[in-house]
Amino acid sequence: MTEQAMTYNYKVVSQFAVMTVVWGIVGMLVGVYIAAEMAWPALNFDIAWLSFGRLRPLHTNAVVFAFGGSALFATSYYVVQRTCHVRLISDKLAAFTFWGWQAVILSAVISLPLGYTSSKEYAELEWPIDILITVVWLCYAYVFFGTIFKRRIKHIYVANWFFGAFILTVAMLHVVNSAAVPVSLMKSYSAYSGVQDAMVQWWYGHNAVGFFLTAGFLGIMYYFIPKQAERPVYSYRLSVVHFWALSFTYIWAGPHHLHYTALPDWTQSLGMVFSLILLAPSWGGMINGIMTLSGAWEKLRTDPILKFLIVSVSFYGMSTFEGPMMAIKTVNALSHYTDWTIGHVHSGALGWVAMISIGATYHLIPRLFGVEMHSKKLIETHFWLATTGIVLYITAMWISGIMQGLMWRAVNADGTLTYSFVESVQATHPFYIIRFVGGVFFLSGMFLMAYNVLKTVSFGKGAVTATIPAPAAAH
Amino acid sequence: MSDFKSDFWSWWIIAIAIGGIAWCIWLLTTNKNRPIAAESIGKPMGHVWDGDLQELNNPMPRWWIIKFYVLIVFALAYLALYPGLGTFKGFLGWTETGQYETEMSAAKAQYGPLYDKFLGESIPALAADEKALRTGERLFVNNCAVCHGSDARGARGFPNLRDHDWLYGGTPDNIKTTIMYGRNGVMPAWEAPLGGEAGVNEVANYVMSLSGRKVDAELASKGKAKFDMFCTGCHMPTGTGNQALGAPNLTDNIWLYGGTPAAIKHSIAAGRSGKMPAHSEFLGEARVQVLAAYVYSLTHNSEK
Repeated sequence: MTEQAMTYNYKVVSQFAVMTVVWGIVGMLVGVYIAAEMAWPALNFDIAWLSFGRLRPLHTNAVVFAFGGSALFATSYYVVQRTCHVRLISDKLAAFTFWGWQAVILSAVISLPLGYTSSKEYAELEWPIDILITVVWLCYAYVFFGTIFKRRIKHIYVANWFFGAFILTVAMLHVVNSAAVPVSLMKSYSAYSGVQDAMVQWWYGHNAVGFFLTAGFLGIMYYFIPKQAERPVYSYRLSVVHFWALSFTYIWAGPHHLHYTALPDWTQSLGMVFSLILLAPSWGGMINGIMTLSGAWEKLRTDPILKFLIVSVSFYGMSTFEGPMMAIKTVNALSHYTDWTIGHVHSGALGWVAMISIGATYHLIPRLFGVEMHSKKLIETHFWLATTGIVLYITAMWISGIMQGLMWRAVNADGTLTYSFVESVQATHPFYIIRFVGGVFFLSGMFLMAYNVLKTVSFGKGAVTATIPAPAAAH
Repeated sequence: MSDFKSDFWSWWIIAIAIGGIAWCIWLLTTNKNRPIAAESIGKPMGHVWDGDLQELNNPMPRWWIIKFYVLIVFALAYLALYPGLGTFKGFLGWTETGQYETEMSAAKAQYGPLYDKFLGESIPALAADEKALRTGERLFVNNCAVCHGSDARGARGFPNLRDHDWLYGGTPDNIKTTIMYGRNGVMPAWEAPLGGEAGVNEVANYVMSLSGRKVDAELASKGKAKFDMFCTGCHMPTGTGNQALGAPNLTDNIWLYGGTPAAIKHSIAAGRSGKMPAHSEFLGEARVQVLAAYVYSLTHNSEK
C-alpha cells in the first residue's frame, strides 16, 4: 500500500466544505433579494435579469444544488472514507466531480438570469448543462460506490445507505425528467407532453425533496449527530425499517402536487395515501436522530454545533408531519397555490437542510484544517440568528398562506367572491416584509459563519494529512 | 378508463401499490417476529466504525409502530372507498368531475333564482337598485377588475369605463352585447401604405391636431391628405370614429394606447389589437344583465 493510500482524501472534502459556505451565502442572498422584490416590486428596476421570474430559479438552484449539493458532496466523501477506513477510490475523479459541479453551478448562475430555462421547476437548466450534470453524477456514483466496494469493514454504516440511495435515485430522476428534444444550443422541449409531463415533473420534483434534500441529509444526520454527541445511534433496527420504508414510499408522493388537476383520480389518490404513510418512516429518522442524544442532553447547553444538529432534526420532524397533512386533498384544496407551501418548503429547507449542513460544516472545518474553530461564541450567535430567522419566516408564511386560502374561497350571499385577488395581495404585504426580515436574520448568520470559517482556515496550513486508522476488530 | 391501454396496466398499478403497502407491513411484522433478547436491549450491536461509531440494539418505539399501522389501515380504507387501484372506482363512486358537477349544480340551485329575477328588469332600472348594484360591483371586481381596474378607470389598452367615451356605444344594449359576446378591435399596421416613417409622422401630426393639440401645420396638412385617403373609412372624415366598428373617436384627446407622439405613431405604424373576451358562456345572461347595469351606472348615476 502506498503512503498516500494510507491517508484520507481531505482535499476534495475541504474544497466542497468551503464552497458550501460560499454558495450558501450566494443562494440565500438571492433569496433575500427576491423576498424583498415580493414586498417592494420596484426593486427589479425594470431590468429583465433582475426580475423575480429569473432570479427565483437561481435562488432555488443555488440553495438546493450549490449549497445543499456541496454539503452533500463534502459530507458523503468524508463519511464514506472514514466509515469504510479507506481513501476514495479515485482522487482524479473526485477532483473532477468538484470542478464539474462548480461548472454546473456557474453555468446556472449565468444562464438562469439570462432567461434560459426548460421551465421545469428545480430542473430549469438547459440540456447541455443537464448532460454535464449527468456526467458529474455518474463519476460521483463511481467514486462513492467504488469506495464502499473496497471498504475494510464488512458492515456498511447506516449513513452510507442513505447517501447511496440518494445518489442512485437522483441519477434516475434527473435523467428521466430532463429527457428533452434540443432545438438549439440553449433551447429544448420536454420529451413528455400534457399531464404526463406534469406527472414526470412532480415525480422528479417531490423526489428531489425526498432523495436529494431528505435521504442525503439523513446520511449527514446518521454520522454527524453520533459523532458530535459522542453517543451510539439509538436503534439499529429502527434505522433498517425506516430506511427501506422511506425509500419505497417517497417515490410515490409526487402526485400530491397535482391534486384537483387533469391528473387522473387514481393517480391523485395513490399520491395522497403514500404521502400519508410516509409520515411514519420520516418520523423513524427523527426519532433515531433525537434519541441518539439520550444520555447526553446536557451537551445541548454548551455545544452550539449540537444545537444546530438537534434543532434541524426537530424541524425535520415538524415539516414531515406538515407535508403529509398538506397532501390530504381537503387540506390541499386550502393550502395549494398559497404561501403556506412556501412556508412548508422553508421549514424543511432552512430548518432541516440548512441547519444540519451548517452544523456538519462546523464539525468538519476544524477536523479538515487541523485547528479549532476561531470562535465558538460566533457559532452560538449564528445558531440564534438562524433560529430566529426561521421562526419569523415560517410563521409569516403560515399566517399569510392560510389567510390567502380563506380569502380566495370566501363567498358572499349572492355567490360572488368576497375578495378580489388584489385584496388578498394587499393583505399579504405585511407578511412579505416579515418574511424578508426573517431571511435577513438567516443570511446574517451565514455571513458570521463565513467570517468564522475564513479566520479558522487562515490559521491552518490547508487540509491536513489524516492517516487511516485500522478498523476496530469485530466483536 | 382511457388512462389504461389494456387491463395489464391496471393490474400493474394494483400490484405495485398493494405490494408497496405489503412491503411496509412485512418490514414491521418481521421485526415483531424477531424480538430482541432482554439482555441485549440497549447494548451495542458489535460493529464499530471510525473509532467510536456504534449502533444500539434498541427496539422500535411502540407508539411509532402503532402509528405506522394506523396510517396503513387508513391507506387501505381510502383505496377501498376512492379511485386509486387502477380501474377500480372505489365503493363511494367518487370522481373529481363528479364533485365539481355536484358543487356547481348546488351553487346553481342556490344562486340561480337570485340572478334570474334580474332578467325580468331593465338595465336602467337595475342601475337604480342599490342591492342589485352591489352584486354587480362584486361581479365586476371578481371578473373585470383585472383589466379594467378595481375603480373601472382602465389601463393602457383597456378602456376607462367612467369617461363617457364608448368604443362600441354606451347604451344598455351596447354594454350588454359587449360583455356577452366580447369585442375584437383591430387597427391595421399602416407604415407601408403611408410610405414609411415620414408618412406616419405626417398622419400623427394631423391626428393630434384633431383634438386641438399644437402640431407642425405643414406636416399636419400633408397628413390630412393621407388621412382622407386611408383612415376615414373607419375613423370617419371628421375623425370622430365609428361605434359600429369600434373605431375610436380621435377628437376627444382620450387615448386608449397612450397619447404621446411616440405612442400615436406606434399605433399608426404597427397597428393595435384589442380583445374583450365573451362572457355569455362563463357568466350566463342573468349575471351579465346585472353586471351591465353596474357598468351603465358608472356613467349614468350622478352620485357615482
